[in-house]
Amino acid sequence: MKIMLNGDFVETAEGSTVELLLLQLDISRERVAVELNADIIPKADYEKQLLCDGDRIEIVHFVGGG
Amino acid sequence: MTQNADTLIIGGREFTSRLMVGTGKYASFEQTARALEISGAQIITVAVRRVNLDRSKESLLDYIDLKKYTLLPNTAGCYTADDAVRTCRLAREAGMSDFVKLEVLGDEKTLFPDNEELLKAAKILVAEGFTVLPYCSDDVIVCKKLEDLGCAAVMPLGAPIGSGLGIRNPYNIRIILENVTVPVIVDAGVGSASDAAIAMELGCAGVLMNTAIAGAQDPIAMAEAMKLAVIAGRLSFKAGRIPRKLYANASSPLDGMSG
Repeated sequence: MKIMLNGDFVETAEGSTVELLLLQLDISRERVAVELNADIIPKADYEKQLLCDGDRIEIVHFVGGG
Repeated sequence: MTQNADTLIIGGREFTSRLMVGTGKYASFEQTARALEISGAQIITVAVRRVNLDRSKESLLDYIDLKKYTLLPNTAGCYTADDAVRTCRLAREAGMSDFVKLEVLGDEKTLFPDNEELLKAAKILVAEGFTVLPYCSDDVIVCKKLEDLGCAAVMPLGAPIGSGLGIRNPYNIRIILENVTVPVIVDAGVGSASDAAIAMELGCAGVLMNTAIAGAQDPIAMAEAMKLAVIAGRLSFKAGRIPRKLYANASSPLDGMSG
């Protein structure tokens, strides 16, 4: 299935969760925030939060800034 | 910490440094880390952006000892209250802290705050339990409204962001200082150490800067200069300066001249 990840379409397995997506991307869950269809997903829900075809995911973190 | 220490308290947290620094625009993460270290800052700003999925996973936070600093995520690049609120919520989730530097910009050329949207966002964020430090105009009415909404500090600009023009309206800053009780932190506009000292001599609780350090020819040396300027300015403010007089007043005694 396809999801929109940070503005780009990417392929991910059926039944994937936020947790699995982060693993697939090799992103540590500690210092990121994940938004699914404009709702923030609490870290505690990463494991159970299923992704669906067409979902819009944003993964953000801290970068240098004033 | 000693009881008489001249500490700054924001949102219930105590800080000994009154210099806050940004982490943008440095040549490298190593340089950022070194400048932060030398500056003595305890509060550092960061921006919230998409994780770059194509490039190296190396991140600023890999270079920074998070036990030493309070991260102050900003809402840079937000032009509406909704965008700013969303960014703050993401920041809280990513950082597990309620501190936010709230900025809602009105225009790309000036980067001046949109105070109407700022107030709207501040109200929502305070209600959600954030410790809100808003970047705002050097306008006492706006500052008082932000204080009334429950902001933990107010951060009027000294001059446009990144302009290095210094404190363009020290009288406005003085009026703000006389009329609000939360800490007043000059945010934006500082170009050199003397600008930082002027802000502190006016009685500001602190100064926040990024470009003045990161954009200097030697950012590490400038970080130290800013650290000293903020300390010197604070001491000068507390010491109480002499009144300005138009004519001379001899420093040496007039009595006992020989001949």
